[in-house]
Amino acid sequence: MTEFPEIWSYLREGPLLWLTATLVAYLLGDAAYRASGQNPVVNPVLVAMLVLAGVLWATATPYATYFEGAQFVHFMLGPATVALAGPLYANLHHVRRALLPMAGALIVGSVTAVASALWIASALGIEGATLASIAPKSTTAPVAIGIAEQLGGLPTLTAALVILTGIIGAVVVTPLMNALRITDWRARGFAVGTAAHGIGTARAFQVNETAGAFAGIGMGLNALLTALIAPYVLGLFQ
Amino acid sequence: MILNIALILGFQLTGEVLARALALPVPGPVIGMALLLTGFLIRPKLAERVLPTSQGLLKHLSLLFVPAGVGVISHAEALGQSGPALLAALVGSTVLALAAGALTFVGLARLTGNGGKDSA
Repeated sequence: MTEFPEIWSYLREGPLLWLTATLVAYLLGDAAYRASGQNPVVNPVLVAMLVLAGVLWATATPYATYFEGAQFVHFMLGPATVALAGPLYANLHHVRRALLPMAGALIVGSVTAVASALWIASALGIEGATLASIAPKSTTAPVAIGIAEQLGGLPTLTAALVILTGIIGAVVVTPLMNALRITDWRARGFAVGTAAHGIGTARAFQVNETAGAFAGIGMGLNALLTALIAPYVLGLFQ
Repeated sequence: MILNIALILGFQLTGEVLARALALPVPGPVIGMALLLTGFLIRPKLAERVLPTSQGLLKHLSLLFVPAGVGVISHAEALGQSGPALLAALVGSTVLALAAGALTFVGLARLTGNGGKDSA
């Protein structure tokens, strides 16, 4: 019989273990979400990443080793983005009727996201490259990193801020919209896609398909608009 | 099934090539999404084909963010001493952007007279 440490050192190096762990951690997160009565604070992504971070820490596994396995899941983000065309097409009749509300919500939501983040951060003493890194945090990660580089920010920090923004958005959107008495799924979805990109969109799909479709549009359009406005808004705070 | 996956990957590939060739500020998959939507509009039969696969992919969209999320915790030191201030800015601005966006949407929908019907 092979000793456990040998098996472990074999498993730890290959993609199988960490790919399996990623799926199992997500299933745990999803089960926890259901068990909590679908409480938005028990976000499956948040639970899964905390569980996995704990396991990596306990086994002294570097993130790069983990990612060797998890990259297969990560890769699917691209095809999933393309697949957003599906709900978009299925909801096209809603979309056609809501062009003006979408345009207005996009501009207001996008400018508010960039300006208020810079305003709060600079009021709390953040400046320079760190301040530039927070400007594109509401856009989807690849676009945010591109914008951050353009603005002289730190891409790694931006990537972290983007993910955190998505999780915050996914957690607060339902209680916030209920408190504001906004019952229109289109408005709820569009706002969360604009403010909290793909993670917000994933949350919207969990709740309602129409909300998910509008979130997908909000995410796509906000990526474009933020790239255009971020340099000007940042200029106001430097 | 395989054909659908090949189609989706093909649209992503085309999007990536266009984004790079034309130096567009939009990521390749977003262009792929726009192209696929155009394809659906031109050929509704294509939509019937691909829709079940796209729904399957999107049903667990959250799962796909887990690897990047783990990276954030593993790189928590990137936040550094500015951590609390950055977190406050993220929470504050996300709440403000959500509220401002949704309220604008609802307000304009009412003004243009399509607020009631498909709200639920």
